[in-house]
Amino acid sequence: MALMELRNVCTYYGNIQALRNISLSIEEGEIVTLIGANGAGKTTTLMSICGITSIRSGEILLDGVDISNQSPHKIVAMGLSQVPEGRRIFPQLTVAENLDMGAFLRDNKVLIKADLEEVFEIFPRLAERRNQPGGTLSGGEQQMLAISRALMARPRILLLDEPSLGLAPLIVHNIFEIIKRINEERKTTIFLVEQNANMALKIANKGYVLQNGSIKMADSAENLLANAEVRKAYLGL
Amino acid sequence: MDYFLKLFLSGTAKGSIYALIALGYTMVYGIVQLINFAHGEVYMLGGFTALIVGGYLFMLGMPVWAVLVLSILASIVFSAAFGFTIERLAYRPLRNKPRLSALISAIGISMILQNFVMLAQTEKYLSFPSYLPELTFLLPVREYINSTQFIILVTTSVIMVFLTALIKFTRIGKAMRATAQDKGMAQLVGVNINQVISVTFIIGSALAAVGGVLICSYMGQINYYIGFVAGIKAFVAAVLGGIGSIPGAVLGSFILGWTESLGTGYISSDYEDAFAFIILILILILKPDGILGKNQKQKV
Repeated sequence: MALMELRNVCTYYGNIQALRNISLSIEEGEIVTLIGANGAGKTTTLMSICGITSIRSGEILLDGVDISNQSPHKIVAMGLSQVPEGRRIFPQLTVAENLDMGAFLRDNKVLIKADLEEVFEIFPRLAERRNQPGGTLSGGEQQMLAISRALMARPRILLLDEPSLGLAPLIVHNIFEIIKRINEERKTTIFLVEQNANMALKIANKGYVLQNGSIKMADSAENLLANAEVRKAYLGL
Repeated sequence: MDYFLKLFLSGTAKGSIYALIALGYTMVYGIVQLINFAHGEVYMLGGFTALIVGGYLFMLGMPVWAVLVLSILASIVFSAAFGFTIERLAYRPLRNKPRLSALISAIGISMILQNFVMLAQTEKYLSFPSYLPELTFLLPVREYINSTQFIILVTTSVIMVFLTALIKFTRIGKAMRATAQDKGMAQLVGVNINQVISVTFIIGSALAAVGGVLICSYMGQINYYIGFVAGIKAFVAAVLGGIGSIPGAVLGSFILGWTESLGTGYISSDYEDAFAFIILILILILKPDGILGKNQKQKV
């Protein structure tokens, strides 16, 4: 059984349909990527999974149980953690407080502290700035903080929304390395939504191509990287 | 100098009452970006609850301190219940609608509550007994500060310290700050924002209730309309300090209290209420964000 599965999910904004019968599945331990252009419905897919945007029809299954249209805080409690588009750092909370908010639903202080140290080990930069307000960090640092905040929840599935957006190529490379490392070392399942199809497909096991709100292609990441249509439309090759 | 000090101290006492009400405005605004115009009415209800409960307890022959404590507790509970219910019924259904809808709803609730109290109680001014004890150690300085003023000051200070600690260090306080800064993201880290918003209304209303009991004891009278004037003044104080900012609300309240007190003392008592509105006009022209309105460290 897949860890998470979307079955014929349809989401609307008013009368406008944003997602059309989206179906996809994510196995435990995988990195699955969803690629697509601006406005294809990538963020809507993530927000529908997290319960922020309600879905009109279809099912979102976690361990085979339908979690669609539950309150967002209940979905987080089930082990889903999102790094949203634009990072959404709490600007007036310090770096340490932002990380603390990531562990909001956990209560074992010892484990939280251990995770905090682990995060500081992955991103030493954050340790240096722990008492600084989150809003004063650079874009790359904020992305590190957003990923770390999501990790502080010890999620079963980490959902990332365009972590490369607006970052310098070197930092993008760095961020993708870390995503891969999180998947390998912590065995965290990763659902990565990206416009940067090349980078995303290189670290993923499996990929979906989203176009105008529907899934156009689904295949292994290798096959998609080799696919002529994908190369032309998303890789610019 | 003597005269100035007297005016200054009475302004401080007044300012600390405004602060109790202004905090409710600013906390609610910080979290849901709504000017809760019914807040003044919650404060008025607090005063009335204390009057009614206190009256019964006096009749039962309870000692003054017990009457004081129990009637304050009763008004806190009653006002908090009102604040909670108002949010659930009048604001929550309108949360994702244009902001004006909730504002109009707030004004409607304010009118309903005023008229409800007018019909259920009376339209006349009622005298409010002084529940607050006479503190003998203040006798030597009583020309400057009387017991009621002293108790108001101490109560407000204690509440401020508790509130600051609550927001800074507790789990709910962190959730409140996160919700104020980004509701969607707060949900994504697992904060139940409906609960946080309810708690904010409960705390704000409880503070208003304490303010209601204190100021009615201070003034010695109560009327269904007191919430309107006090509410508007506390609103001015919150805007003056920078709406959404907790230290701003406190600062704005003291500035307003001092201005009113010194203005009445040196210019004319006829204009007491006008000073608040002169200040409001001046801030809106000169510094629309309020004194601490920009880069506020805490926005709840």
